[in-house]
Amino acid sequence: MPDYATLRLIWWLILGVLLIGFAIMDGFDLGIGATFRFVGRTDEERRALLESIEPVWEGNQVWFILAGGAVFAAWPLLYAASFSGLYLAMFVLLLALILRPVGFMFRNKIAAARWRNAWDWALLVGGAVPALLFGVAFGNLFLGLPFHFDELQRPVFTGGFFGLLHPFALLAGVVSLSMLIMHGSVYAALKVGEPMSGRAAAVGRAAGVVYAICFIAAGVWVATAMAGHRIMSEVNSIGPSNPLTKHVALIQGAWLGNFRAHGSLWLAPAIALLAAGVTWTLLGRRRAGGAFLSSCLTLAGTILTAGIALFPFLMPSSARPDHGLTVWDASSSARTLFLMLVVVGVFLPVVVAYTAWVFRVLRGRITLEETRRHAGLY
Amino acid sequence: MIDLAVVNVSRLQFALTALYHFLFVPLTLGLSMNLVIMEAVYVMTGREIWKRMTRFWGVLFGINFAMGVATGITMEFQFGTNWAYYSHYVGDIFGAPLALEGLMAFFLEATFVGLFFFGWERLSRVGHLVVTALVALGSSLSALWILIANAWMQHPVGAQFNPETMRMELLSFSEVLLNPVAQAKFVHTVAAGYVVGSVFVLAVSAWYLLHGRNVDIARRSMAVAASFGLACALSVVVLGDESGYLASDNQKMKVAAIEAEWRTEEPPAGFTVFGFPDVQARTTHAALRVPWLLGLIATRSVDTPVVGILDLVARARVRIESGVEAHAALQALRANPADAAAQARFAAHQADLGYGLLLLRYVSDPSAATSRQIEQAAWSTVPNVPVLFWSFRVMVGLGLFLILLFATAFYLSARHRFEQNRWFLRIAFLSLPLPWIAAELGWIVAEYGRQPWSVDGLLPTFLGVSVTPAGNVWLSLSGFVVFYSALAVVDMYLLVRMIRRGPDGLGYWPPERAPVGVQ
Repeated sequence: MPDYATLRLIWWLILGVLLIGFAIMDGFDLGIGATFRFVGRTDEERRALLESIEPVWEGNQVWFILAGGAVFAAWPLLYAASFSGLYLAMFVLLLALILRPVGFMFRNKIAAARWRNAWDWALLVGGAVPALLFGVAFGNLFLGLPFHFDELQRPVFTGGFFGLLHPFALLAGVVSLSMLIMHGSVYAALKVGEPMSGRAAAVGRAAGVVYAICFIAAGVWVATAMAGHRIMSEVNSIGPSNPLTKHVALIQGAWLGNFRAHGSLWLAPAIALLAAGVTWTLLGRRRAGGAFLSSCLTLAGTILTAGIALFPFLMPSSARPDHGLTVWDASSSARTLFLMLVVVGVFLPVVVAYTAWVFRVLRGRITLEETRRHAGLY
Repeated sequence: MIDLAVVNVSRLQFALTALYHFLFVPLTLGLSMNLVIMEAVYVMTGREIWKRMTRFWGVLFGINFAMGVATGITMEFQFGTNWAYYSHYVGDIFGAPLALEGLMAFFLEATFVGLFFFGWERLSRVGHLVVTALVALGSSLSALWILIANAWMQHPVGAQFNPETMRMELLSFSEVLLNPVAQAKFVHTVAAGYVVGSVFVLAVSAWYLLHGRNVDIARRSMAVAASFGLACALSVVVLGDESGYLASDNQKMKVAAIEAEWRTEEPPAGFTVFGFPDVQARTTHAALRVPWLLGLIATRSVDTPVVGILDLVARARVRIESGVEAHAALQALRANPADAAAQARFAAHQADLGYGLLLLRYVSDPSAATSRQIEQAAWSTVPNVPVLFWSFRVMVGLGLFLILLFATAFYLSARHRFEQNRWFLRIAFLSLPLPWIAAELGWIVAEYGRQPWSVDGLLPTFLGVSVTPAGNVWLSLSGFVVFYSALAVVDMYLLVRMIRRGPDGLGYWPPERAPVGVQ
């Protein structure tokens, strides 16, 4: 069994893999959900756009479910503190996510325009709200969340719902929303026939520009106008998971500390931006296949950038910085981490393999004619 | 101190959302298995009608599946949002089966369910059957992992408290996996789900036969549901999960409460078929008892006693007193982890720590608890006897009735005599809600009967709650009530509409399309 510090580091990486997997897979159906009502102008066009994701979105969303389960199993303190602290935000996210399975399954069952319009809006909310909230959540991690632990070691959140809507958090929300709209549009350009494909490419390019501007703006904000957290006491990376034993200081620009210490880490934001540029160019040339790969790189680069900046923090506390949760003091026991590592190591490749097979079976572009033929299938 | 307002409304929210989720889960389990059987017949015989059956019931399956997925996300979130201390306290053990459910079961089910609908012309017959079977396998595996997690709450094994992290930590995952309660629960619950799906097929088919519509499809569907349902209904009752109830004191308490067994009898104990449990007087009025039966059911032997409630409360009292010692030692260890005396004291009493925590409901320092408070805490280990007593009896009664229903359907199906027996078709149709009532009552027996514990003997329910304003929980609870009610209306409307339209009215067959590439 690897030592406790290595296991914790590996689980931080697995969390990253799951989030990137979630962004790549579920990201495109969230992005299409947020835009299909505008990219598709008639019911048939919208059906074609939806058909590009209907057979796969359910499996895609399990990346999110699994990430949630993995946080519960590997970082129970993070799971407890974040879900209970962000109580109302989680409730809003949940309602938006609940709209998706029923929206996809119910929409096409009845042809009445009012019925379909209502579900279209539900699917739009179900796509756009989570895409925005994931970014808002990350933005709040940079700002630190107002929580501490009480004498029973229960997490106590002292902020409210609207406190989460800090301008920086909203900026981060726009980063994730525009990024996933770009990603979804690339997928639609790849997967759906004309005229939706062309419109999606245009939306994707615009979203890419918004993403790049906001990503850079967020970076400048973090570098110049934000205090980051730094552990000042000695770090015991193999100690018991007790977040109350360290001392943390707030230092201007500290979130860039890891990049300053290891210059090669700048590759992550560089790849994110560069790949967004490549996506923009390839979409202009209608090379959606290549654009999809570069869009995936943008997602991975963006998530890695945020993860690296915060490392080793998982959830910094603005109320009591010393109580912030880090990779070294919020994990499960070494036994659980190792057990889960083995299981993930065996089964995640199996999942990826059968998912790839399903996508292969479903290969090909969904044209309007095909959608007409498929009426009533789903 | 504990905010009991938050505890009560959080419990109410969990119970309502779980009971609601559990309206859809059993039907997903049962319908998916019925789909596999129908499609297997199609693949083996090549007769189109079986494919039409699979597709028709598949439409209803899809509507229900969406509801199950939608309401399932709530459950995963809710441990963190409303039960944060629970999540922290047992996440090291409890989180693993939940994560494995996602990885090994839900992924399988959710990835292939899309191909079930979109794969008809893209896959070979056998290929599509495999996809359907994987969806069914995924949903049953999903139940397996959730029940392993739940069984750990009923009977926590393979774990130990770690004073350094102030939480329970995993000792042996194989013990968690092979928990005897999990095995009993899995067979019982999954078979109950299969029964729900089979009654659904049976009742809807009976409705078609009563109206003389889709007769060929309805007859065949009834034959499938009757034979599969009969086997499953027998399993549910014979392999009832009461067998797992004797593993620990609190499981014994659950059995004693279900049976309203106030005093320990000479084995083998008699079974109270009927009566009025009186909590105040600690007796059951007008009890109609069958000698020997309870002892045989509960212990599978003639000489093991079924311990009564009064004796179990006395045991709880002893354990609470020991738990006070454990709690005091733990406080000393928090102040000074190297305190050897406190370490020894904790080691001697740690098995009863959870019982000490029961006192936190009445007093902030368990060491200062009065004898009256300890007595109160000891009695708090008794779940609601009348509710369990009646829930269990109604559940078992419904189970027995469903066996009879399936057996009759099986007999009539074998003799091709459905249409001549309209009385049976009416009964079969009217039986539609019964398996749901039984399943929900089963949930109440298992989970309400677990009270006052979140995790049996380790963590009292009231302690597991999040520190969040009660107003937040009221807000989310009202949101769920409104939102879920609206969804229920839409779901019912769609199901009824699709059933009324029927296989003959759903426009996308019989005009079978040519497969891709064939002009």
